[in-house]
Amino acid sequence: MTEYSLSFKPSGDNGILITFGEEISVETHNRIRSFMAFFEDHKEEYQIIEMIPAYTTILMIYDPLKINYKELCLKLQKVEGKYKDISKAPREVIQIPVVYGGSYGPDLESVASHNNLTVEEIIKIHTGGRYLIYMMGFTPGFPYLGGMSEKIATPRLTVPREKIIAGSVGIAGSQTGIYPIDSPGGWQIIGRTPLQLFNPLREEVTLFKAGQYLSFYSISEEDFIRISKEVLENTYKVQKTTFKEVEDHD
Amino acid sequence: MTKIQILKAGILTTIQDFGRIGYQQYGIPTSGGMDLYSLELANLLVGNQATEGALEFTMMPPSIAFHGEVDFAVTGGDFQPLLNNHPITMYQTQRAYRGDILSFKGLKSGCRGYLAVAGGFDIPIIMGSKSTYLRGAFGGLEGKRLKDGDLLQLNKPTEKPIINRIPHNMIPDYTVTNRTIRVVMGPEDDTFTPEGKEVFLHSQYQLTNQADRMGLRFDGPKVSHTKAADIVSGGINLGAIQVPGEGKPIIMMADHQTTGGYTKIANVISVDIPYLAQLKPGDSISFKEVSIEEAQELLAMQRSKIDGLKNQEDNTSNRKNLFIKSYNINVNGRIYKVDVEELKG
Repeated sequence: MTEYSLSFKPSGDNGILITFGEEISVETHNRIRSFMAFFEDHKEEYQIIEMIPAYTTILMIYDPLKINYKELCLKLQKVEGKYKDISKAPREVIQIPVVYGGSYGPDLESVASHNNLTVEEIIKIHTGGRYLIYMMGFTPGFPYLGGMSEKIATPRLTVPREKIIAGSVGIAGSQTGIYPIDSPGGWQIIGRTPLQLFNPLREEVTLFKAGQYLSFYSISEEDFIRISKEVLENTYKVQKTTFKEVEDHD
Repeated sequence: MTKIQILKAGILTTIQDFGRIGYQQYGIPTSGGMDLYSLELANLLVGNQATEGALEFTMMPPSIAFHGEVDFAVTGGDFQPLLNNHPITMYQTQRAYRGDILSFKGLKSGCRGYLAVAGGFDIPIIMGSKSTYLRGAFGGLEGKRLKDGDLLQLNKPTEKPIINRIPHNMIPDYTVTNRTIRVVMGPEDDTFTPEGKEVFLHSQYQLTNQADRMGLRFDGPKVSHTKAADIVSGGINLGAIQVPGEGKPIIMMADHQTTGGYTKIANVISVDIPYLAQLKPGDSISFKEVSIEEAQELLAMQRSKIDGLKNQEDNTSNRKNLFIKSYNINVNGRIYKVDVEELKG
């Protein structure tokens, strides 16, 4: 794979911030994923405690009692080129059922009128996309998604809501996202999914991880109630498909 | 095994251990004790693993009833602990018996106290940790702060304490209210003007009321950026000093968000984080730059001191049964503190 230069900066006495590029891009994201995959298998060798991948960086937390900053930098420089490019490996696409509009998506109509589109067109565009999870963060289980059509971009609410119910699907600027837990927020809420993005008692505590894709599909209120019940009873099986990246998909 | 009961919970008493490791990549904060140094010492004094869960209480101390015989230790900020209304020494193994009541006279210095009990708390381990994360409503006792009347089941202790008192030179001084906090610059120190960095390193900053387990917001001279205060969102380390556009530092603590988009001028070094945990609103700090090598050396020195406590035990394995206990004896209304060395079998 192509040689790139990484830059390292200390983030305290037990952290190292590795920068892979300046701009948010699928290429940078793929390099970060490849790097993460390599270190999942080599954590001990490099005295790594944990890693937090983001859009353009990885924050690596290491054990400074076992390796010092300079040693780690030297070792990391030698890693370049060693790790496998996994960007062409098949990707999981997680299917997210969403009830659009009504009390589930109180801002759907204003998103439509802001963009001079009908409600149906907004739903068609939103469900037509495939969204890459660049990173997780902000709150437990929250995916930072890329790939939303500019046609439905809408600014945040001027006055944020005090409580947005977990599962709410929203738009903020040219981003779309899902609230994993009840929280205050200013996103334009267009619908809600019955899936639990975060459940601390589940074996897989978060529904997503960075590098997966999401796509949304429209369901009825009856479906929402049925799926909610199945989720609570732990009988719902999340639908996943895979696709192989062949060319630019954004 | 026995139980303890929370009679009065105080304002914020939670169970915390060394935190959740490995889940930050899913957006889940580590949580854990704010002052891990005090938490570890408390655990060592009762024979627990260093990383076991203990009670962390904030500003207003709890009062606790013991339902049976158990060793315990109080460390951290000085809340002036009382056992059955008689003062007891902090940083020392204490023994409680059925019906004993641990209370506190009140906060004298610091901000957070720790109570470890031998065996630790018998509560579910969630994502590898007993730590309470209030915003996520999980960990600890059903994800909540402790409340009056809560009962906590203890595990059976497996080990005798390796040490029964912490040497004076290892007890942190939390009485200083204008402490110098050492930092390693970066990772985004190059987004600040040279004057901004000068101001940051040569000013006093006062802790505001916006201080919780997530972060500490300070007031003081403005630290100026060259351009924007926002960066592409990235991972945040414990002790990171974020400076948003208004130019006032915010230090990220145990429950901090895993990622954020504000520039970070510097990061507090590991050995100084416990001192931050013990600041009260109104206390002042100033920042001092140290090299990463120095920071790592300080951490290694602290670790070898703590390990030294354990080695003392190894060196004196023939005296393994030595056990010093302190009693408060009330004679004609005067209280005498008596240390008794037991030599068993």
